[in-house]
Amino acid sequence: MSAEVNNTVSFYKTEKGIGSWLYTTDHKRIAIMYLAAIILFFLVGMTLGLLMRLEVAFSGKTIFDAQTYNSVFTLHGVIMVFLVIIPGIPAVFGNFFLPIQIGADDVSFPRINMLSFYLYVLGGLIAIYSIVIGMLNGGVGIIDTGWTFYVPYSLTTTTSVDLPLFAAFLLGFSSILTGMNFVSTIHRMRAPGMDMFKMPLFCWGLYSTAWIQVLATPIIGITIVLVLLERFIHIGIFDPNLGGDPVLFQHMFWIYSHPAVYIMVIPAMGLVSDILATFARRQIFGYKIMAISSMAIALVGYFVYAHHMFTSGMNDTAKVIFSFFTFMVAVPTGVKIFNWVATMYKGSMDMKSPLLFVFAFIFIFSIGGLTGLFLGALQTDIHLHDTYFVVAHFHYVMFGGGIFIFFAGLHYWFPKMFGKMYNEGVAKLVVLLLFVGFNTLYFPMFIMGYNGMPRRYYESLPEYLPLHKLSTLGALILVSGVLIMVTNLIYALYKGKKAEDNPWNSLTLEWTHTQTPPTIYNFNEAPSVTAGPYDYPDFSEEGGH
Amino acid sequence: MSNHNEHAEEHKHTIGYGTYTIIWFALLALTAVTVAVAGINLGEYTLFVAMVVAAIKAMIVINVFMHIKFDDLIVKWLLGFCGFIFAVMFLFLAFDVLLRY
Repeated sequence: MSAEVNNTVSFYKTEKGIGSWLYTTDHKRIAIMYLAAIILFFLVGMTLGLLMRLEVAFSGKTIFDAQTYNSVFTLHGVIMVFLVIIPGIPAVFGNFFLPIQIGADDVSFPRINMLSFYLYVLGGLIAIYSIVIGMLNGGVGIIDTGWTFYVPYSLTTTTSVDLPLFAAFLLGFSSILTGMNFVSTIHRMRAPGMDMFKMPLFCWGLYSTAWIQVLATPIIGITIVLVLLERFIHIGIFDPNLGGDPVLFQHMFWIYSHPAVYIMVIPAMGLVSDILATFARRQIFGYKIMAISSMAIALVGYFVYAHHMFTSGMNDTAKVIFSFFTFMVAVPTGVKIFNWVATMYKGSMDMKSPLLFVFAFIFIFSIGGLTGLFLGALQTDIHLHDTYFVVAHFHYVMFGGGIFIFFAGLHYWFPKMFGKMYNEGVAKLVVLLLFVGFNTLYFPMFIMGYNGMPRRYYESLPEYLPLHKLSTLGALILVSGVLIMVTNLIYALYKGKKAEDNPWNSLTLEWTHTQTPPTIYNFNEAPSVTAGPYDYPDFSEEGGH
Repeated sequence: MSNHNEHAEEHKHTIGYGTYTIIWFALLALTAVTVAVAGINLGEYTLFVAMVVAAIKAMIVINVFMHIKFDDLIVKWLLGFCGFIFAVMFLFLAFDVLLRY
């Protein structure tokens, strides 16, 4: 970018035309493109999920046959995990706001950031292409392994497995590059005075996550390569017929995929802290321990992965160790939930929609976390493994944790990103619909799973059908909430009132030191940081007891 | 991590061709050791010896070719952290694979 670029108008107006988007290295434009792609993929994944719910709500064939059902739940999982939730908050809000929150003009490596985006797009396109060739001319069929690609089935199925695996490989690289960029940006690009412990907690969340992205993602990459080699040239590493070890695949898969859950949730936790501090007008209770607990979750999160494998024939010593660490990871998570609640205590609450999303998150995520302990305990896991209980648990964590806060972030930062205000009343209605819909959809699954309903089954016994129907009703409520939300935000883009620079009176740099929307270099001059991100005046002392 | 001059001290150190050549020969020699040891029946220590030789080679490459020896302390810490996580992964896999039967 040349020195003559106009740094007084919004970054949308600096350059025009499709080329200005396709060739951009601006972190904000890349974030907006990620946002568009991720919302699109989310709507596709959601539609597949709704179709699944409609299918299982009634006995026999309702919409599609059993084989198609296998493909649909696989695609739902692959899209939601690899294309929506993992990139979600880091790629969109991390890209847009991490540099601004630490007072930088861009990420450390803007071109690698662009490469990261294009790898994401390529991965998404290959995944879609695999679906198309799976369906066409009586093709090989769409991938039906489940999103976990477990061997030995993924080695023997004749459906289109290779392309989705390759897509996941590319998406992994996109994620690694983003993580590397964020670690480097945080270490090298902080503004004068912006100590590590003056960063907003969202940055700490991204920092912890970035380390997981850099350290864990290569393992899924090599695992995918090994599966492909096994499929093509039968090297005998996972295939038991050739002396391979299928449980080794599970180890390698979960070494990445369990920390991936923290990739989804830790940035969300950081964002929760930012939103809570803003709308409670309070200093975050225990700021330092919140920052450290993000790192602690990331670290301990590496050591728990094999709790996915308690019933896979793993050694008993290993099971005990992994169960112990699984319980350990609940401690920093508990610290966070306690501190959020303590932050709100005696706060001056401003009940705006982002805060309501956070309330929903705390409620839902607490249930998700608690039920995780049921599954992390060796005994109960034997009963609950591969039942709907697990499905409910991970939706409470990944959807209730990752996506709810993605939506919260969307409502929190929408004015800054687009310079427009959405209809607050409609946004509140959306929170209500999502909250009611979500719990109606997923809570019955806990009961079904506890009673023995296995996951991934096309048919169910008659005693489960009433709860399946209730769950499907919840899905319809949830989907209506999402559609209203998307409509509300798109309407706001065109007809919304102009947003002020700092509509929430927040204290972090993106609100206090940038225009709405920000200029191309974010700041006219590098901000000098003297205060913490949450130094709100202390109301609690004045309010009396 | 408290100051912002972490990379103010640029990599002033230069390594001569002589050193690079010595390192290259050292790596070749260690490769020869790996191949030679593979021909000896060391029983359960085979893997251990191969890993030790590989680790020495990796240390040389990281320190000299990647210039980590001359880099900031924080970069060494970050790299050490990666190594720690890598070691833990091996250890945890070993809990299962070595003790399963």
